[in-house]
Amino acid sequence: MDANRGTLKEVRLTTPVTQDQLKTLEIGNVVYLDGVIYTARESIYKKIITDGAAPPEDFATLGNVNFHCSPAATVEADGRLNVGAVTATASFRFSKWMKDWFRISGAKVIIGKGGMSEADYRSLFVPVGAIYLTTVGYGTGALLGRGIKKVRAAHWLDELGIAQAMWVLEVERFGPLLVESDLAGNSLFEANNREVNAGLAKLYEGLKPPSLSRYGETDDRAQELI
Amino acid sequence: MIPRTLVESTAHDLMTRASIDIPADYLSGIKAMASEEEGDLSSFVLRAMLENYEAASEDRRPMCADTGVPRYYVKSGNEAQLDGGFIALEQALRSATAEATHDVPLRPNRVHPLWRTDHNNNVGINAPEIEYSFEPDADWVDITTVHKGGLFGTDYRMLFPGDGIDGIKRFFLDGMIAFGKRGLACQPAIVGIGLGGSKDTTMVLGKQAACLRTVGDRNPDPRIATLELELQDLGNSIGMGAMGFVGKSMVVDCHIEVGYTHTGGMPMSLHAFCLSSRRATARIHADGRVERRTDPHWFTPYMRRETVEWTPTEARSKKSA
Repeated sequence: MDANRGTLKEVRLTTPVTQDQLKTLEIGNVVYLDGVIYTARESIYKKIITDGAAPPEDFATLGNVNFHCSPAATVEADGRLNVGAVTATASFRFSKWMKDWFRISGAKVIIGKGGMSEADYRSLFVPVGAIYLTTVGYGTGALLGRGIKKVRAAHWLDELGIAQAMWVLEVERFGPLLVESDLAGNSLFEANNREVNAGLAKLYEGLKPPSLSRYGETDDRAQELI
Repeated sequence: MIPRTLVESTAHDLMTRASIDIPADYLSGIKAMASEEEGDLSSFVLRAMLENYEAASEDRRPMCADTGVPRYYVKSGNEAQLDGGFIALEQALRSATAEATHDVPLRPNRVHPLWRTDHNNNVGINAPEIEYSFEPDADWVDITTVHKGGLFGTDYRMLFPGDGIDGIKRFFLDGMIAFGKRGLACQPAIVGIGLGGSKDTTMVLGKQAACLRTVGDRNPDPRIATLELELQDLGNSIGMGAMGFVGKSMVVDCHIEVGYTHTGGMPMSLHAFCLSSRRATARIHADGRVERRTDPHWFTPYMRRETVEWTPTEARSKKSA
């Protein structure tokens, strides 16, 4: 990692992304996107997967990049959509929807905050040839907002509200994003966690144990605090 | 007499500036960390954030789209007179919140906790929060808005006197490590710590320590000031940086506030104010002048008073100390 300090590899991808493009990506690469991306999170997943609603437009035109996002946006009196900044929302909450979502939507890239687990990548992403790009910061809302050239649609806006609607965005040099998982299901976050974890025990050396023995939550209801 | 319209226009301006312009003290803190950071990924993140602050100011768009949960801190001079009183002030602040949510735009984050009802204006039951403090011998009103993110980076624990400084360090490390991974705390952050008080006070003090003191500010008690710096160093020695990547940029500054507490306990709270530390303050003078700043000056000697009586003499000696 040290050898590449300050020189992360930068890649520009056009949507819809192809397998050939994704093959070249390594965790820790910096990505900028051009083309069309759309937002979808729990309300959209529930509506299309659980309730069986037809997608508001064909996935052929929506593309294959799903952004876990709620924009800071306003609907003007004349119906004009004004997006100021965009930042991702934490993705780990949505992993339970991903298997069905990949099947229905054909999505190959998920953009979000914080990624999912390596186990999720291996069981859900790898079989369908999908990767995860994480936003940076967090969050570079203004930079990402600059990358939006046009709001093409905000589907189900009245029904689901600004945060949960499906926003279809035409983007140019949308980024920066970091490759969090590659086609083999490796996670950049977990690779870094392993390195950080190795040094944690020594931070606590010499600190006396706490009076209350239970740290955080436990599933063991029989366990005492003292 | 301070007119309601002036309170409202000032609050609208504060909401806008807080969401768009990074405070100068925090910006210098991040620049210093960016120049020191050796982890390539953490360093990349910090440079992207610096670029993002510039883009936000240039484009007049929010620096982060999660514009947090807007709230207010009002410090009223004891001699301040508000047209319509505090009821009018609260109306003005609620109105400014709704207007600014549309105009900036801010994300309408505030929803009912159970029914998820969203008024699309960040106003609702107990929202925005308005907290008050008072200042002797003054006729101005200070209004501060803070837009802090709502989900991660905060925790509470009941410690005991026997746990001592070790207990504080242990809880601090536990929290920073847990919320630091994958960057859930949006670090490097200003970390506020509340120590003592009743449990609710512990939370309030820690939140205010994170959001209402500037980078470089030290607690007037020299031993607490030392502990602030010690915890900052400890956080930055975890081996973690921005987004939880390998590095050393976790804590831009650490602020501790204390309150007298139950003799058997030492409750502690931990709060991380994110990479978009949104705060803005304005002082409205009795003659209608409005002065803008980014340092809330919330913890005055009067706020931290320790004895039954408060005398101007005490104020002077504390100020000169």
